[in-house]
Amino acid sequence: MTSTRNTATIFCREFKSYFESPVAYVFLVVFLLLTGFMTFSVGSFFERSTADLGPFFFWHPWVYLLLVPAACMGLWAEERRTGTLELLLTMPITMTEAIIGKFLAAWAFISLAIILTFPIVVTTCHLGNPDLGVVFCGYLGSILLAGSYVATGMLTSSMTRSQVIGFVLALVLCLLMLLAGWEPVTGYFVKWAPAWVVNAVESVSFMPHYSSMQRGVIDLRDIGYYLSVIGLMLCATHVVLDNRKSA
Amino acid sequence: MLEVKNLKKHFGHIEAVKGISFTVEKGEVLGFLGPNGAGKSTTMRMITGFLPPTSGTAIVCGHDVQKDPVSAKRAMGYLPENAPAYDSMMVTDFLRFAARLRGMSGVALEDKVEATIHKCHLLKVRNQSIHTLSKGYRQRTCFAQAIIHDPPVLIMDEPTDGLDPNQKHVVRSMINDMAAEKVIIVSTHILEEVEAVCSRAVIIANGKIVTNSTPDELKSQSKNGRLDEVFRRLTLDDEDDAYKPASAGEKDAHKLSPAHKEDM
Ligand SMILES: Nc1ncnc2c1ncn2[C@@H]1O[C@H](COP(=O)(O)OP(=O)(O)O)[C@@H](O)[C@H]1O
Ligand SMILES: [Mg+2]
Repeated sequence: MTSTRNTATIFCREFKSYFESPVAYVFLVVFLLLTGFMTFSVGSFFERSTADLGPFFFWHPWVYLLLVPAACMGLWAEERRTGTLELLLTMPITMTEAIIGKFLAAWAFISLAIILTFPIVVTTCHLGNPDLGVVFCGYLGSILLAGSYVATGMLTSSMTRSQVIGFVLALVLCLLMLLAGWEPVTGYFVKWAPAWVVNAVESVSFMPHYSSMQRGVIDLRDIGYYLSVIGLMLCATHVVLDNRKSA
Repeated sequence: MLEVKNLKKHFGHIEAVKGISFTVEKGEVLGFLGPNGAGKSTTMRMITGFLPPTSGTAIVCGHDVQKDPVSAKRAMGYLPENAPAYDSMMVTDFLRFAARLRGMSGVALEDKVEATIHKCHLLKVRNQSIHTLSKGYRQRTCFAQAIIHDPPVLIMDEPTDGLDPNQKHVVRSMINDMAAEKVIIVSTHILEEVEAVCSRAVIIANGKIVTNSTPDELKSQSKNGRLDEVFRRLTLDDEDDAYKPASAGEKDAHKLSPAHKEDM
């Protein structure tokens, strides 16, 4: 009971802190412009003349690749650099409460950005008759994917006092997780590796789980996959913070 | 009330704290003295549960920091070195955040925040972002965070470092005001502070306690009745014995210590 209270307190401070500086607004504007540009120009949304959001969701993993590490790089690195970690960890709370509070705050912030893309859905509804079930499923998949990115960014942020290092590590780690399921990469494995290796590599990747949800399939295994990636990253963050030498 | 049991801390092959034990009772203000790098901050970080000790532990009001950190932390207020605080927050919001983590809520929380703002003389800056505060106000804001829950044990790491003489005076009188009903530990390398606020002084050098007595006893150990003379003798002797060739640079740093008194 106290545990959720402490988590909520940390969540609120962290979520508000995005809006205490211009970061949040810059982030939201860039996110919306970038997804808009990718969807309409690169993804030829109108030229396809089908009422679905395929080109919109197609770019999410790549847009997140840049923006989510940027939104998460400060989560722990900044606390470590400025010494506020010493305040936070000498409060009567557990490490788990702090980690979950911060994770949920960053995830909620990214989710807010995702939800603010709703005009695209409205436009599509206006122009045609999209399958709203598929759209909902697409959003769900996208938010879960963002959660995995956030958890990854949180882990790399906890490893260092430098936000830049946190950013670069998160970008590389997320890219690896993305590319592991990309055709050129799996194609490379297909040539020589047994099928189960190909499957294993593919199934740790974000990509296959993401695309199946974009087709409107809610598979508990996909949801389970994202939740385990998040859980794993949060546990790793716990281990890293427990073993830090100093602030 | 506070019992420190044989605390040790190794950073790789560096032994920063080599077995420190002492107890402090309610009503005592313990001055934790030592030259820079003696291990004061490291010891305080272990007592407050921020750093895990290599061995040993601290018992705070009956709670073992290692076994039951949350209860022990609940009984402590802590002002870390350099007064860290969330830069983008307003002073009032920062105090509310601390109060909420300390388990307060609703009207009780607002009352407590108000009272603490008055007590720490923060009225003028209450709606300012912390990064716009001067050093003295920043220090007091972080101090306010440490006393907001009226903790039985208060631990402060160099609370007057870098303040001007008036601000130092304010901080010291706040410590004196609270002294009677709390256990207080203040670390410092400024010797005047010991006479101004402390009822007992522990001097450490190179991670070991070299002396644990009252300021008056300490003064009586020197010919001219001055603390800095005793301090220098105790902390330098120790180094000369153990680290003769390696730490010439360190020694210079110690020689600077008495000069700090000039900036008082
Ligand atoms: N994170 C760390 N890693 C390695 N050595 C450290 C670390 N923190 C402190 N030390 C070393 O431990 C010793 C004690 O430091 P500290 O407790 O900060 O001293 P004080 O607060 O008395 O000035 C110093 O020699 C310092 O270099
Ligand atoms: Mg120190």
